[in-house]
Amino acid sequence: MKAFIRKQRYLIDFTLSSLLRRPGKNLGLLVVYSLIVFLLASVMLFTHALRSEARLVLADSPEIILQRMVAGRHDLIPGSYLEKMGRIRGVIGKHGRLWGYFYDPAVQANYTLMVPRDRQLAEDEAVIGAAIARTRGVSRGDFLTFRSTDGNAYSFRVSAILASDSELVSADLILVSEQRFRTFFGIPEGYYTDLVLNVRNPKELRKVAEKLTLRLPDTRPILRDEILRTYDAIFNWRQGIVFVLLTGTILAFVIFAWDKASGLSAEERREIGILKAIGWETSDVIRMKFWEGAIISLSAFLLGYLTAYGHVFYANAGLFEPVLKGWSVLYPEFRLTPFIDGLQLATLFFFTVFPYTVATIVPIWRAAITDPDTVMR
Amino acid sequence: MRKSDLFILYLGTLSGLLLLSLVDAGNRSHLATQQLAETRREVRALELTDLSLFTEARYTRHLSQSDRHTPFQDHPLALEHFPSGSLVAPPTLLRSGR
Amino acid sequence: MEPIQLHQVKKAFNQGRPNEFWAIRGVDLTIQPHRATVLKGPSGSGKTTLLSMIGCLSRPTSGRITRGEQLLSGLPERFMTEIRRRTFGFIFQQFNLIKGLSVLENVMLPAYPLGPDHAQLSRSALELLHQFGLGTKAESRVEWLSGGEAQRTAICRALINDPEILIADEPTANLDSRLSREFMAIVDGLKQTGKTILLTSHDPVVFDSPVVDRVVEMSDGQIMDPSCC
Repeated sequence: MKAFIRKQRYLIDFTLSSLLRRPGKNLGLLVVYSLIVFLLASVMLFTHALRSEARLVLADSPEIILQRMVAGRHDLIPGSYLEKMGRIRGVIGKHGRLWGYFYDPAVQANYTLMVPRDRQLAEDEAVIGAAIARTRGVSRGDFLTFRSTDGNAYSFRVSAILASDSELVSADLILVSEQRFRTFFGIPEGYYTDLVLNVRNPKELRKVAEKLTLRLPDTRPILRDEILRTYDAIFNWRQGIVFVLLTGTILAFVIFAWDKASGLSAEERREIGILKAIGWETSDVIRMKFWEGAIISLSAFLLGYLTAYGHVFYANAGLFEPVLKGWSVLYPEFRLTPFIDGLQLATLFFFTVFPYTVATIVPIWRAAITDPDTVMR
Repeated sequence: MRKSDLFILYLGTLSGLLLLSLVDAGNRSHLATQQLAETRREVRALELTDLSLFTEARYTRHLSQSDRHTPFQDHPLALEHFPSGSLVAPPTLLRSGR
Repeated sequence: MEPIQLHQVKKAFNQGRPNEFWAIRGVDLTIQPHRATVLKGPSGSGKTTLLSMIGCLSRPTSGRITRGEQLLSGLPERFMTEIRRRTFGFIFQQFNLIKGLSVLENVMLPAYPLGPDHAQLSRSALELLHQFGLGTKAESRVEWLSGGEAQRTAICRALINDPEILIADEPTANLDSRLSREFMAIVDGLKQTGKTILLTSHDPVVFDSPVVDRVVEMSDGQIMDPSCC
């Protein structure tokens, strides 16, 4: 065992010396390799963290939301529907929800106006999300004035700013009183944006949804499960898109790496001959090559992953922000909670370390089994 | 110092950092539970359904609430909200091929 | 120490193909231990091929090579390597040092697969280098060495596993006559320490040297004067 370890260390010695002969080329390879791993790992960590956070946070969203569809579009739903649906087993509460969008030309941002059920607000009072406060430069006690659909300007006194800890879900919210909401948007009394149904037992959700579509055929129920699935799918899709964009780069690298790893120069062939002539076994040569592949790919994996971790969880994924932000003016400032999926990490490890190492070993096989007396000729 | 010693040191340091990153992730997600609980409380209280990541259009702001069967949600000639629009998956129904 | 014996050794290249070529056509030879033997002959006479078969670098097509009771010619590769590593030290015509590595590393290379203690190995490598006047060059890269230094490095490398038999193929081909004579002096010293030396050469400095105990002349894959063996 001791001899085995000593032998491996000698092989590592030799491999490192041999790699250091072309420091520029090998260092360049390592840098490019690490960069690729860094990109893949960043996307992986980022989407996984976002997905986990969405799943965790949205687990408390309403069980069922009922939308009314008119001519294929989401429309206001009359409060009378609450009676019209009748008693459904398992539903422990139902009420109307009021929310809508407001485009603020001053900063060219879309706000989400909402009537909260957990607090009573005065007519001229508003609670705003942290991103709005940041973008508009307002703080508690300041006034915000918006022009409504009927042409009148309404002023809101900012009575509170939502906690910036929850910015991921509340960045663009403006909470106003029901009365003001209705006058501002011109929504008549008795109409809501949608209805919320509370169901205690998740097993009954499907049944309830079925009954709803039967009793109220012009409505569409949205289950909490669907919300969660939407977000799962989105981040998968997003990750997929980025991976597709990266494919070109990865392929280019694969060609480069394959060529580098598997192309055995005449020089290297001669070296293998020398090593065999002076007493190395074929297996020693292959082990040495294994180390060469392993040293490079393992380094690239570790360096790439570690920088990706720093990038996503300490530098707030700065490189992805523009991609995520897109056209939005309001963007939540949030610090991602690091959720790491062991399986994903293992997959990344496998796909970065394994193919490269194999690519270095395979071509050596043929060269290494040739007779050592070639060096004499 | 031998090259292999340096290498073992280097590999050890990096692996240590990897382990540290896992520990750090565990720690931070533990610390974040309070903050997440706060966010959850807000989601429950305000009956929120979506993340406010893409605020540029209604179908990106409330992904789960938008009627995904309407391809052109704002207007047939509406500008595509890039990149959010292209990063959002088409409805499963369309993707399943039928 | 037992002599190495060759019985009807033949070696063909490209066997079974139109360009089949018999480099060795039946050689019987006994190599005595603790002596310096030279295989002499023009290029193409088969001396290098014979040398590589004796040194377990290749196998004869037919015939047997034995050392005492042990058969060397029919062994699987692993065992051939094992014997090569422990019994033979090689000095090649082109020196065949590994470029980019230091002199010390080059000398230590043959011992790597054995996995000896590192401190001990580098100590004995340095001792060898000092012995051959290369002490100050231990850390230089081999491509910076002069021809004579490169050869002495190659000799050190051949000696690192303390082999019983030293094999050198055309050792003076790349040296001027002064360095060639120096090389023969080194060979003399090694012989004194009890090594068996086997050389190929067509350089008179080598085969006329008093160090050499025996000259075997070869031509066209055969030994010219079989009576001498």
